[in-house]
Amino acid sequence: MNVALPPFKERARAALADRTLKLAIDRTTGTAEAKRAAAVAAFPEFDAARARGRAIKDHVIANLGHYLEMFERNATASGAHVHWAVDDAEARAIVTRLCLDAKAKVVTRSKSMLGEEIGLPHALADAGIERVETDLAEHIIQLAGETPSHIIWPAMHRTREQVAELFNASHQPPPEADDPATMVQSARRVLREKFLGADVGISGANFLVADTGATCTVTNEGNAELTTTPPRVHIVTAGIEKIVPSTAHAMALLRILVRSATGGELTQYTTFHCGPKRPGDADGPEEMHIVLVDNGRTKMLAGEFREMLRCIRCGACMNHCVVYRQIGGHAYGGTYPGPMGSVLTPVLDGLAAARDLPNACTMNGRCAEVCPVGIPIPTLLRAWRRRSWRERLEPGALRAGIGLWAQVAYRPALYRLASRIGVRALRAFGRDGWIGSLPLAGGWTAYRDLPRPSGRTFMEQYRDQQKGRK
Amino acid sequence: MSGQPQPTVGLFVTCLVDAIRPQIGFAAIQLLEEAGCRVEVPEAQTCCGQPAFNSGDDRDTARLARQTIAAFEGFDHVVLPSGSCAATMVHGWPELLAGDPDWAARAKAFAAKTHEITSFLVDVLGYAPSGRRLAASATYHDSCSGLRELGVAAQPRALLAHVEALEMRGLPGNDVCCGFGGTFCVKYSDISNAIVTEKAEAIEGTGADLLLAGDLGCLMNMAGKLHRRGAKTRCFHAIEVLAGRADGPAIGEEA
Repeated sequence: MNVALPPFKERARAALADRTLKLAIDRTTGTAEAKRAAAVAAFPEFDAARARGRAIKDHVIANLGHYLEMFERNATASGAHVHWAVDDAEARAIVTRLCLDAKAKVVTRSKSMLGEEIGLPHALADAGIERVETDLAEHIIQLAGETPSHIIWPAMHRTREQVAELFNASHQPPPEADDPATMVQSARRVLREKFLGADVGISGANFLVADTGATCTVTNEGNAELTTTPPRVHIVTAGIEKIVPSTAHAMALLRILVRSATGGELTQYTTFHCGPKRPGDADGPEEMHIVLVDNGRTKMLAGEFREMLRCIRCGACMNHCVVYRQIGGHAYGGTYPGPMGSVLTPVLDGLAAARDLPNACTMNGRCAEVCPVGIPIPTLLRAWRRRSWRERLEPGALRAGIGLWAQVAYRPALYRLASRIGVRALRAFGRDGWIGSLPLAGGWTAYRDLPRPSGRTFMEQYRDQQKGRK
Repeated sequence: MSGQPQPTVGLFVTCLVDAIRPQIGFAAIQLLEEAGCRVEVPEAQTCCGQPAFNSGDDRDTARLARQTIAAFEGFDHVVLPSGSCAATMVHGWPELLAGDPDWAARAKAFAAKTHEITSFLVDVLGYAPSGRRLAASATYHDSCSGLRELGVAAQPRALLAHVEALEMRGLPGNDVCCGFGGTFCVKYSDISNAIVTEKAEAIEGTGADLLLAGDLGCLMNMAGKLHRRGAKTRCFHAIEVLAGRADGPAIGEEA
């Protein structure tokens, strides 16, 4: 995916130059950070809930096959059809075939990052099927022809002023005013007609409940219910790591998911979908299909990125990431942005294409601190750096530089000599106490001054002092 | 300390202090001696290896780690004026050498006696400076590795509270990264610049005379940005203030 994108540094530079983008990022992540902090402060059991959430995920990951088979049995018993997809291509093919079998002209879709991961929007377009995104933010980016820039707020890169422009140009009739409430009403009116006319509704799943065979969606807009209930066919696409043993476990994870994502205590809508419409049911789909997607997950299970399978897709890591808050989601270039995306994108798109992502991190550790399931994200990013170094994907100049530095650093006497020469040479570039421009250090001096070394190293001065003492 | 043998401390000054600001090393020696330690500075020290470690070059990092452990493991304690370098030794090295039968236990034992200096002074020695005075306002930035990997937060503040006439002002976003990140700041300099610009704005917003922190790398990044912006904030390592050595030139000033 995304082979035509310019290199990461260019994407980042373009994002940094976009001040409207920065305004949009600051508004959303700033609010998210404050609300999460308040929600955690108001929930004294948060640490205990987090430990429990982590234990649930670790248990499921260690027994993934067992619970997946249990889920398949129970989902099948409820009347749903379970499909298995090894990779994104197979998942796309299954969903597209199900839509074509249903003779679908229009499908509604409620927000699902897994759907983005497997490239479903493009696949549906290629099959000549009209796709209607029903999540408000997904509706916005569909109108704009964009991809999500955040896993919780896909349109967070757009300010409300930009959304007003978009709706004025796209909605017929256009919204009467550009306050958020009027714009939401306008989207609701446009989308409501589509909800009722769709042949197939496609949703993701926040949880797959093994002991009931139900899938669970959580939203704040109710669009998932309107996507999954009126159409004749409901298709669920979900990653295999979404499995939980029981409904109680799903609720335990929901407590930390919602607080970490939006700072709410609970989502407005939490729906368990268990099989198609049964005789006597007032509504519901006639057919229900669940597509379980691996796409690299079992490979992660067996390797050093196993802990990443705990991720419940709350987005807290990106809301608290200094890099994400400067460049936004699109600059990352993958389906999943921010710290969790920097771990996942090399899995999905290959390390050679994504080697910048694990490197473009200050290793400050804030993502791991706020992660509701305790994923050691910096450790996992370092594992990618290690692999990138081993596979010689890092630039030659860096490899040579580190290699030379290491040769000197092994030899304290040589290092002493080199630093004595180095600090004296550095002084030559400065005036007063500062160096404003330095060859080979343009990355530093383009933006900041470098303090001029004092001229003699600590070790030189210390040895002199020691001699004086004797 | 009467009756008790004097604890021996091997001081690892760090490569940046050695090259850029030696007086932080002398402040460290002074404080450790005041707190009753016998301080030595072994010759066989260069760098904790972070440039290699953070670039994924484990082989070179491990070689440096083994050499440094061998040179320092005879001391009762190993102390550094940096949370970042200390965290590499405390967490990074044992992780790196875990699979090495000859070194795994030594790395663990070494990690257990390695400390960032302000936490060592407070948590291990129960030290508090006396007779220090500095009539200035100051704000404090929490460097990330020390804060999150070693729990350094209360200790420097507790020590600074003993400095008479020093007015501490809260820094909004005090626990948010300054954008240094070691090699990150030169590899991804555009992003780093955007981050440190926000940090500089927050520091200037406090109106404090001084910016204090516990890591020279972060301090150089913030001081360099503040100076480029024409800000008047003066930057010191916290232990320079604690040792009564903040009456001279700040980072980037010359006598």
